[in-house]
Amino acid sequence: MASPIASIVSAGISKFGVRDGIYGRELFAEAEKEAVDRCPNLDPQKDVQALFVGMMSESYEHQAHVAPLLLDWVGLLPKPAFRTEGACASSSVALRSALFSIASGIYDIVLVGGVEKMTHVSTTGVTEILAMASDFPFEQWHGISFPGIFGMMAVDHMHRYGTTEEQLAKVAVKNHEHGVLNAKAHFQKRITVSDVLSSQPVAWPLKLYDCCPRSDGASCIILTSPKIAKKFTDTPVNIIGSGHAQDTLSLAERENFSTMQVTKLASHQAYAMAKVTPQDIDVAEVHDCFTIAEIMAYEDLGFCKPGEGGKLIDEGQTHIGARIPINTSGGLKAKGHPVGATGVAQACEIFLQLTNQAGKRQVSDAKIGLTQNVGGAASTGLVHVYQRGD
Amino acid sequence: MPDSSRQESKTVFNKDEAGTVLPTIQNFYNYCSERRLMGTRCVKCGALMCPPRAICRKCLSDKFQWVEFEGHGKLLTYTIIHFPPTQFQALAPYAVGIVKLQEGPQLSTMIKNVKVEEIRIGMPLHVDYETAIPKEWPRWARYFFKPE
Repeated sequence: MASPIASIVSAGISKFGVRDGIYGRELFAEAEKEAVDRCPNLDPQKDVQALFVGMMSESYEHQAHVAPLLLDWVGLLPKPAFRTEGACASSSVALRSALFSIASGIYDIVLVGGVEKMTHVSTTGVTEILAMASDFPFEQWHGISFPGIFGMMAVDHMHRYGTTEEQLAKVAVKNHEHGVLNAKAHFQKRITVSDVLSSQPVAWPLKLYDCCPRSDGASCIILTSPKIAKKFTDTPVNIIGSGHAQDTLSLAERENFSTMQVTKLASHQAYAMAKVTPQDIDVAEVHDCFTIAEIMAYEDLGFCKPGEGGKLIDEGQTHIGARIPINTSGGLKAKGHPVGATGVAQACEIFLQLTNQAGKRQVSDAKIGLTQNVGGAASTGLVHVYQRGD
Repeated sequence: MPDSSRQESKTVFNKDEAGTVLPTIQNFYNYCSERRLMGTRCVKCGALMCPPRAICRKCLSDKFQWVEFEGHGKLLTYTIIHFPPTQFQALAPYAVGIVKLQEGPQLSTMIKNVKVEEIRIGMPLHVDYETAIPKEWPRWARYFFKPE
């Protein structure tokens, strides 16, 4: 195993869901407060040196320039704050930027977070704002939505590998089962394969229950240099691998629509840095914005061979208690997907799992965790590998 | 009195000092309003691009020649959109897909003049153009594909 790049000493997450009347900045304060309260040895005003925060779009709340705003709302003026944007991977980009700041020796203690407030905007309005992360002249201009992009990936995967709508549905069913165990999740409701198959079509073959919801929420972790982590907790979680890659904004310009090249490349980097293999991963949070995306993540992360993602879910190998539990939080599907919050929310779940604080959804004896987060049509992709540090 | 609305709909190509049409996205759509599917060939490495780019992805050259594409291709993948972005609501459900042109490049497109249940991966398609040009930016004529 590799030496740690940085250590997570605490994590907090707001309740995800329809948070009517709660502003994005207030959601972020909720998440940050939980992270700080979980870390009594930290004096935020004295100890925290910077904030790195991910948020996708100014359009939801008519609010740009959110780095100083969010910093102010957690009482940390005048420290430096950085806002990153990578569509649905915005806060994973913030996390990687924060890792650089610590690895460089410039900072020892930083906050990393993400936020998005979406549910006050209509479904068609959210569809349009999210579509801004696709190519305007050659996708948006031709009526292609994000479900449409992932629908085209799903049709290709079904045609190429024989993946079925039932297999896609099983991903949603599993993540809803996990979401029932997470009080912070958007949905605590079991669904069945037939519920998914009979739900309204969104972008065939994807139906309503193949799609993650639009959600409000925020996430926050406290990241330190490994050498001082034990000042703040006896059980830090070390980040031992990080990978990041990019691909074309428009899906049409790729050779293969059944794979996310960014996930492959970022995971190869992260595995090599961490000196681990896919077989070493005990628990993972992956980017299931649509059910097909989780199937592709299984394959691109090396949890199974290309084309065998459908078989992996058929065999129940990714449930809590099975070989490789995936999306124990409920994933984007059931926990919810406030897009800017998602990357760091994945890191929060791995922190809880590796510190044995995941309650009813705890994976027994989890030592190594992984997060995989993509933005847009997997035009941005990041993978991080975590290790229990006690 | 001059007809100002006609004046506005006149296609204006951005050109360099020598009068050569620049390899821009707007010029690609200007050609669409002339019912021509145009791309570019990299002068240095020969790579074909449709739509055009400012810099060749293969060799990083910025020298191109415009090339007219035949507009024939095969459908690689598709989906039927039932929940569209706001401005496409009146059209739903509609089909979109990715077409591989016979010359090689691939384009995203709406698929029209076909029953959605008859759409198949691999089906031959041909380009056509919308005649209506939007009044506000981006005043581009959309291309679309339909069965041969």
